[in-house]
Amino acid sequence: MISIFFKRILLAIPVLFAVASITFFLIKIAPGGPFDADRAVSPQVLKNLNETYNLDASNWEQYVDYMSGLIQGDLGPSFRFPGRSVTEMIATGLPVTFELAFYAILIALLMGVFSGVLAALKRNTVLDFIPMAIAMIGICVPTFLMGPLLVLIFGINLELLPVSGWGQLPGDKILPSITLGFAYAAYIARLSRGGMLEVLNQDFIRTARAKGLTERMVVIKHAMQGGLIPVVSFLGPAIAGLLAGSFVVETIFQIPGLGRFYVEAAFNRDYTMILGTTIFFSAMIVFFNLMSDLAALWLNPRSRDAS
Amino acid sequence: MNNNSLWSDAIYRLSRNKAAMIGGFILIMLIILAALAPWIAPYSYSFQDLNLGASPPSADHLLGTDILGRDLLSRILYGARISLLVGFVATGVALVIGVTWGIVAGYIGGRVDSIMMRIVDVLYGLPFIIFIILLMVIFGRNLWLLFGAIGAVEWLTMARIVRGQVIGLKNQEFVMAARAMGVSNLSMFRKHLLPNILGPIAVYATLTIPQVMLLEGFLSFLGLGIQPPMSSWGTLIKDGVESMEEYSWLLIYPGITFTITLFALNFFGDGLRDALDPKTSDN
Repeated sequence: MISIFFKRILLAIPVLFAVASITFFLIKIAPGGPFDADRAVSPQVLKNLNETYNLDASNWEQYVDYMSGLIQGDLGPSFRFPGRSVTEMIATGLPVTFELAFYAILIALLMGVFSGVLAALKRNTVLDFIPMAIAMIGICVPTFLMGPLLVLIFGINLELLPVSGWGQLPGDKILPSITLGFAYAAYIARLSRGGMLEVLNQDFIRTARAKGLTERMVVIKHAMQGGLIPVVSFLGPAIAGLLAGSFVVETIFQIPGLGRFYVEAAFNRDYTMILGTTIFFSAMIVFFNLMSDLAALWLNPRSRDAS
Repeated sequence: MNNNSLWSDAIYRLSRNKAAMIGGFILIMLIILAALAPWIAPYSYSFQDLNLGASPPSADHLLGTDILGRDLLSRILYGARISLLVGFVATGVALVIGVTWGIVAGYIGGRVDSIMMRIVDVLYGLPFIIFIILLMVIFGRNLWLLFGAIGAVEWLTMARIVRGQVIGLKNQEFVMAARAMGVSNLSMFRKHLLPNILGPIAVYATLTIPQVMLLEGFLSFLGLGIQPPMSSWGTLIKDGVESMEEYSWLLIYPGITFTITLFALNFFGDGLRDALDPKTSDN
């Protein structure tokens, strides 16, 4: 276990380094400087700006400069918002995005595991078909359609919940969290149903039943531990997906999180912000993938011993 | 290992799967409608009747018009061309990269294989959606770049599947016999390996198309994909969201079309998988 952990971390460092380097040079070859859009800039001001942001130096110098800053957690200044650093902006947006992702994954896990396990236990009954049909809807209806539809129904027609914002009105966190979580609930439901079906046919479950354990004990103590391994492995990639989802959800609901910052930076060509967030997102995703792989390994006794 | 019987069995099984057949039928209809859009669409996608503005569905405009007075049905039909085109072309790109990568890694094996697969593992762990956005920002929002960028992201799973299949085939007698006869690597790939893994490739390609279409819709929704005056279903949904409070049909009809298409593709893909590989049909 521990050696796998260190191996993976050691691999992650060069990967992140490569990501940072590639992104840096991609942005350098992008046509147009960051200040092109501000037409009224005089040559003198432009010169000063270039000096301030060290844009006159050679690409190589800038790269070395950026990388040494990066190691110290300094992602440079934002081109669009003078006086604010990228690190600072990430620090403002991150808690909001984390909270949103946390609620979404909570909803996804509660709904998904419950309905998936239930569907597996009541195979080929109504309790199997209906949740699985809903799961299919969750997989096929994209987030960018689900969100507006929920707003239309619950926000505009029924006037039950606020249509946008985050933490300003009571209940305004409900719709964004459901929008983001629903698709994952659907995947998790399918995965846990499949995993449970596989485990429930195995000998150790028969043994547990033969011992006279109650059905609830068999399911909770024995079947779920193995049956939910696919769900745990899915959580890592799911976090990456949640991030992409947060771009959409934060845009729809006007939530001041990292996802919306990123989309705005993409529109504004705020290159330092794009660069900084890309590196940051990559680091986060590499980390969560590592965590979910390790958790899945640890849950599976066979691979626990083998490693 | 008779190829014909595998396929005819599969077609028989597929024809008995109602959900897959309905999905397949919807898909064929959609492709025909999209191909014929310039001839059957009641209006041009850019024709504006500004006097009309946004009007609800009526006899003249079956699905209503948008804010600029453009016929929604026509725009959905033309949008189908772009959305399906992105779906098929980007999947094609993914297919070419993934299959080549998988065959080479699986067949050559050894150190080459482990390096190639390690690369796939590493790429798996990266937030590719961000790189697509990055590319679109840097190089402009170009349709061909979109195909390439999406294709370049979606090939990873294909490479893994193909590699697994090739490793399974590699030690079978007919491959060894071919190798003993001195068949070159290239014709080994083309004549012996590829025909035997067409099944899984077809299945996975069908299941990749909806993912690619979702990705295109996602980018277009953020304003980073297809640019006006062209429209895909993603951009139509984006436009619909902007005016959904007053003109809900502008969101609902493109949304329904997109969702039905994704359903059809997923059901057809699942059906194809069950038909070609009865072992997995259990779950």
